[in-house]
Amino acid sequence: MSGLTKKLIAIAGASVFVGSTAVAADLTVVSWGGAYTKSQVEAYHKPWMAKTGKTIVSEDYGGGIAEIKAQVESGNVTWDVVDVELSDAIRACDEGLLEPIDHSTLPPAPDGTPATEDFLPGTLHDCAVANIVWSSVYAYDSSKVRNWNAPKTMADFFDTKAFPGKRGMRKSPKVTMEFALIADGVPTSEVYDVLGTEEGIARAFAKLDTIKEDVVWWEAGAQPPQLLADGEVVFSTAWNGRVFNAKNAEGQPFEMVWDGQIYDLDLFVIPKGSKNKEAALDFVAFSTATEQLAAQASWISYGPARASSEARIGTFHSDSSIKMADHMPTAAANFKNALQNDFEFWADNADQLNERFNAWLAK
Amino acid sequence: MTDSQTVTSGAITAADGTPLKKKLAQALFRSRVRAVSLVVPLFAFVMASFVIPIFALMWQGVYNDRFSTYTPNLTEQLTAWDGLAEPGEALFAALVSDLKTARKDRTIGRIATRVNQEYPGTRSLFTSTARKAKKLRAPFKESVIKTNKKWANIEIWRAMKLTSQDLTPSFYATALDGRYTVDKGFVAQNENRQIYVKLFWRTLLISASVMGLCLLLGYPVAYLLATLPLRTSNLLMIMVLLPFWTSLLVRTTAWIAILQSQGVINDLMVAVGITADDSRFSLIYNMTGTIIAMTHILLPFMILPLYSVMKTIPPSYMRAARSLGATPTAAFIRVYAPQTIPGIGAGGLLVFILAIGYYITPALVGGQDGQLISNMIAYHMQKSLNWSLAAALGGILLAGVLLLYWIYDRVIGIDNMKLG
Repeated sequence: MSGLTKKLIAIAGASVFVGSTAVAADLTVVSWGGAYTKSQVEAYHKPWMAKTGKTIVSEDYGGGIAEIKAQVESGNVTWDVVDVELSDAIRACDEGLLEPIDHSTLPPAPDGTPATEDFLPGTLHDCAVANIVWSSVYAYDSSKVRNWNAPKTMADFFDTKAFPGKRGMRKSPKVTMEFALIADGVPTSEVYDVLGTEEGIARAFAKLDTIKEDVVWWEAGAQPPQLLADGEVVFSTAWNGRVFNAKNAEGQPFEMVWDGQIYDLDLFVIPKGSKNKEAALDFVAFSTATEQLAAQASWISYGPARASSEARIGTFHSDSSIKMADHMPTAAANFKNALQNDFEFWADNADQLNERFNAWLAK
Repeated sequence: MTDSQTVTSGAITAADGTPLKKKLAQALFRSRVRAVSLVVPLFAFVMASFVIPIFALMWQGVYNDRFSTYTPNLTEQLTAWDGLAEPGEALFAALVSDLKTARKDRTIGRIATRVNQEYPGTRSLFTSTARKAKKLRAPFKESVIKTNKKWANIEIWRAMKLTSQDLTPSFYATALDGRYTVDKGFVAQNENRQIYVKLFWRTLLISASVMGLCLLLGYPVAYLLATLPLRTSNLLMIMVLLPFWTSLLVRTTAWIAILQSQGVINDLMVAVGITADDSRFSLIYNMTGTIIAMTHILLPFMILPLYSVMKTIPPSYMRAARSLGATPTAAFIRVYAPQTIPGIGAGGLLVFILAIGYYITPALVGGQDGQLISNMIAYHMQKSLNWSLAAALGGILLAGVLLLYWIYDRVIGIDNMKLG
């Protein structure tokens, strides 16, 4: 009995200790985990800690603004910097959940160009500063498709006659419906106009109907490389950085098809009422400087949000024969038929289309 | 001594002279206080961490003051408006003044999100008009409609009138695939958006199948556990408990490895020749996968109550039945099985109620037709941030469980349940 009591006390003591280390950190930075967080730790966290002598605790989350909202509304804000998607950044900012970020505090490019001109169009917002451009593409396992011609277009993804086998797709109307319209022949520039109409929605679902029986739906970003590696699917939509890492860091024979890619931004935001606001602002300004954004690109194939970083993109950290610039969503060869995710369209229609999407799935 | 005896001659007294009855009451009261004070921390904990949050959340399902809090002027005008006549200048003027404040205070997103729940596609209408609100001049009706002609649509105003009422049935209406409107009351939701009722039925169906399967598989195991010699039954018990102690996620992902189309079972069937390589069974990422994985995960909750009941049934009853001429089947059905009903009831109820709120397993292996209502609740809690709708869905689920519990009590009797 006394042994058990001792153990319990030890466990309680340990948890207090863990709790106190979390409090002792100078900054809590929250991101998406996996290879992506690793790239940020290497390119942002470590140099910032070396420069300021402060400590950073890195936490993982699965996206969305539910936690930020809960923390801000309960007045107990424990996250200082969060990496969010564009639509979430806009929405959280509109709802007053974020601290505004003054763009004049962001460092200029090395050649003196002010930050507001150096950042790519649409990457700076009232409460958010973008760090990367990422993309949804589809990928396939080249070792399993020897007797085919290599797929080249988004239409090939939906062509189960020429390319038989299961498909992996994200279980969400976002991106999925755009892909369906692109495959159905809608030019990328008109996708959201078409999707804004009742006929356009019906058209997207009709296209998805043609492969519905063959789809395996995924939800977490780590799933598509796994589904491909297991042979569960032959094609899968995926985030380009995950596929790149599976291929180059883990040696999987995956290939990406860039046609019809849908790109989006990840941005840093600071929840309103952050207890380390000054340090958080300093971290955001430091991390989104030209050098840091370029350094991150050698860890994962997501494009930097600054024009001045592009020329400084180096090679993959573990293999100097891989030029990272060729693997960015924004590289000229990959960018030929690309679509930017329309955050406003999804802010308006996400609820409605999600219900329709789920109703369609359940049919 | 003699004095005190004479004073209280009518009643027995304690050593200090107080009547024994009073003294006893005092002692009993003290022990009762002690007993209650032992329970108080638990009671307070349950209240604070369980009962109050549940009621607070349930309350959100019918009460939402997001709109009225941030649009005081507009709410006043909307309350006065009957919802039938064309909206007039007063409404537009109130709209502009509230949008200006909301833009300044960064609360416009909260207003826009709330109206967008009622009338999809209007979120950007609010945010973009708010950006221009400062420049708008009277007459406001004209200038607002000039910035975006959607404002002339009376349906948007009706939606705003609905959202301006704090106490609202519209979330429950949505949760039951309906819509609440100002002019027509409750109407059915557009057919291609109806999803929740279907999911409620599917949740019931899957939970009932899982319960049935658990009973079918668990009953013989529990019987063996209760009747085998101690040494063998202990080993069996460990085999039942080991998965019970293993992490839920580990067990679920193990099922993915076993059931997937390139998994162990399909490989075996192809090797044996039951199926061809290109027509492997899809056992996972659908309803089949959900049922298989959930049955395995919930099986111990069926076996353990059954075992504890069976353990108490003396083997002599069965022997007596046999010696009186009953066939083994008759003895089992008429003597043994009726005595296990408390265990069946407890296990069945436990498995069913756990299954009805199951979340992580269907999320991982459910695919397109193995999702449960809990996955939808999670979506509205975490992604769409429509907590009121999540609360309404949860409220309906809770009411359903209570209803089933009540039916169970009427049919079998809750006193008959035995958990251990």
